[in-house]
Amino acid sequence: MATRQAKLIRLVFVVFLLWGANPSGLESRGPERSAPLQTSNSGPARRVVSLVPNVTEMLFAVGAGAQVVGVSSYDDFPPETKALPRVGALLDPDTERILSLRPDLVVVYGSQTELETQFTRAGIRVYQYRHGGIDSILQAIRDLAGLTGHPAEGDRVVRQVRSQLDAIGMRVRGQRRPRTMLVIGRDAGALRGVYVSGGVGFLHELLDTAGGDDVFGDIKREAVQPSNETLIVRAPEVIIELHPGEQPAADALQKERAVWNLLASVPAVRTGRVHLLYGGYLVAAGPRIGRAAEALAGVLHPDTVK
Amino acid sequence: MSAAPGSLGGERGVKARLASVLIGYGTLALAACVLAPLAGSTHINLARAFDRSIPFPDNVDAQIFFVARMPRVLTGAIVGSTLAAAGVVMQALLGNPLATPFTLGVSTGAALGAVLAITFGSSLPVGALASVPLASLAGAVVASAIVYVLATRPGRPISTMVLLLAGVTLNAFFSALILFVQYAADFTQAYRTIRWLMGDLDVGSFAPIVAALPLVVVALGIFAFLPRPLNLLSVGADSAATRGVDVGLTQRLAFFSASLATAAAVSLAGPIGFVGIVVPHLVRLMVGVDHRIVLPASALFGAAFLIGCDLIARTVLAPVEVPVGVVTAMLGGPFFLWLLVRRS
Repeated sequence: MATRQAKLIRLVFVVFLLWGANPSGLESRGPERSAPLQTSNSGPARRVVSLVPNVTEMLFAVGAGAQVVGVSSYDDFPPETKALPRVGALLDPDTERILSLRPDLVVVYGSQTELETQFTRAGIRVYQYRHGGIDSILQAIRDLAGLTGHPAEGDRVVRQVRSQLDAIGMRVRGQRRPRTMLVIGRDAGALRGVYVSGGVGFLHELLDTAGGDDVFGDIKREAVQPSNETLIVRAPEVIIELHPGEQPAADALQKERAVWNLLASVPAVRTGRVHLLYGGYLVAAGPRIGRAAEALAGVLHPDTVK
Repeated sequence: MSAAPGSLGGERGVKARLASVLIGYGTLALAACVLAPLAGSTHINLARAFDRSIPFPDNVDAQIFFVARMPRVLTGAIVGSTLAAAGVVMQALLGNPLATPFTLGVSTGAALGAVLAITFGSSLPVGALASVPLASLAGAVVASAIVYVLATRPGRPISTMVLLLAGVTLNAFFSALILFVQYAADFTQAYRTIRWLMGDLDVGSFAPIVAALPLVVVALGIFAFLPRPLNLLSVGADSAATRGVDVGLTQRLAFFSASLATAAAVSLAGPIGFVGIVVPHLVRLMVGVDHRIVLPASALFGAAFLIGCDLIARTVLAPVEVPVGVVTAMLGGPFFLWLLVRRS
């Protein structure tokens, strides 16, 4: 009994020591700090595998496209990614395939902690990305530019996005900010399964920049599923649906927009300010957020922007 | 549980009890239907809601009452009563107190249809109907047809053992297919699928209710003929046959109507769990085991139960909602365990 207890104490002690010796596992959450702490071999990464589509986009934007050797199953932008090997995604990363591409930097999503452990053990640098607000997107662009040896280009991209956003902010300044609902999901052909952006995340911030007041801004979550009752009560003056896919034919588009006519008292419906926007750039947390903000501003303030 | 209820006891006694049960449970269901739309996450002015002099687009109270709450409460009533009644029929048909409307694979078939529609059919609305309910209805029909073909031989009674095994196996098989489709789907689609599986009564208009109503009416119409033969069947197939029950026909009608009711309910609101098992048992505790009483009482009580659960779902964390399937399971689960422990 006594020896078992001693063994247990020793084990706890060893675990404690190991824990203390390797703090990176604890402190590497969030795009801002993770990258520098993960460095196990120095120099810019030459072979990068990205499991996060919007991060792939960032890599290409900072001029590291030629260093990308593998992408996730969902990557489609920029078009060059289509020719690259696919290595799974958030739920089904193919570790073997990733290793076979001999990467020296792997970008994983923040929740893929097991993957991070695996690659770190294999001596491969890991960058953990997590969705956040505009600032964290820009920080991730800088981090990745630094890791791939394009720091100046990273700064340029960040400055460009910032100036785009600032310009939009300037143009809508002083304008009346319509109460807006940003819809990020809905069942096709019905007013069911409606998901809207809450008061957290880059979509909410883009709406804010584009001169709209988020009617669900008080709910501090990225996505909210409101009931029809809540939709009526919140009475948005503008409804904007974001669809990552291609714009459908005119009659189908008309049908989808008409779904909202059910809520006749909602100001956006009464004044015809229900807008369906299509395009992958609208929901990609990457270098194209300036363009997304511009699209939102164009709908919110048609006289000032465009 | 006492044996052989149906044929025992005077007809008059049963009629009197049925009348009192219908009045009692009917009042409860009616009260739920009338009172539930009055409450919600926001306060509305009823006088204004019914004021016809205000144009409908200007009348927010009327919008909330007639567009957001009424369809929802009606859906709760229809889904609650069909699932509870289908639960009673399934338990009698399979001779198993643990049977639910979902035991024979109908809901998993519906779920597979819905998942396919969510993942691949991005925009296929047909008339007033959206793609997800239609696909789930199709999935339910396919699942029931497979189970039926597997478990029946022409002109012979259905083997409930084969029926049960076929249903359970199909459930597992379809669940695997759902996981596979989800695996192939992207993250938002997978999330929507999970949300659909939790059930949702916020149908958004009367159109889906009207579309599901014919199926529900046919199913409930068949249910009306079932109580007596089900009473005799619950004693044993042979015994029922000697008393003049066409066992094969009764089983087929029971299977068909319960599947139809479940398919309609699931396509309308997703697979809301626990209503189909908790309500029948609760009702049996209160009114005994005679199907002539249990079936209508369960239908009425199921309506009130689901309307009540949805009232909790839409108000307790407002403006954010709790999925109604979570409420039914959280109320129904512990209650069912208590029931189980108490009985044993």
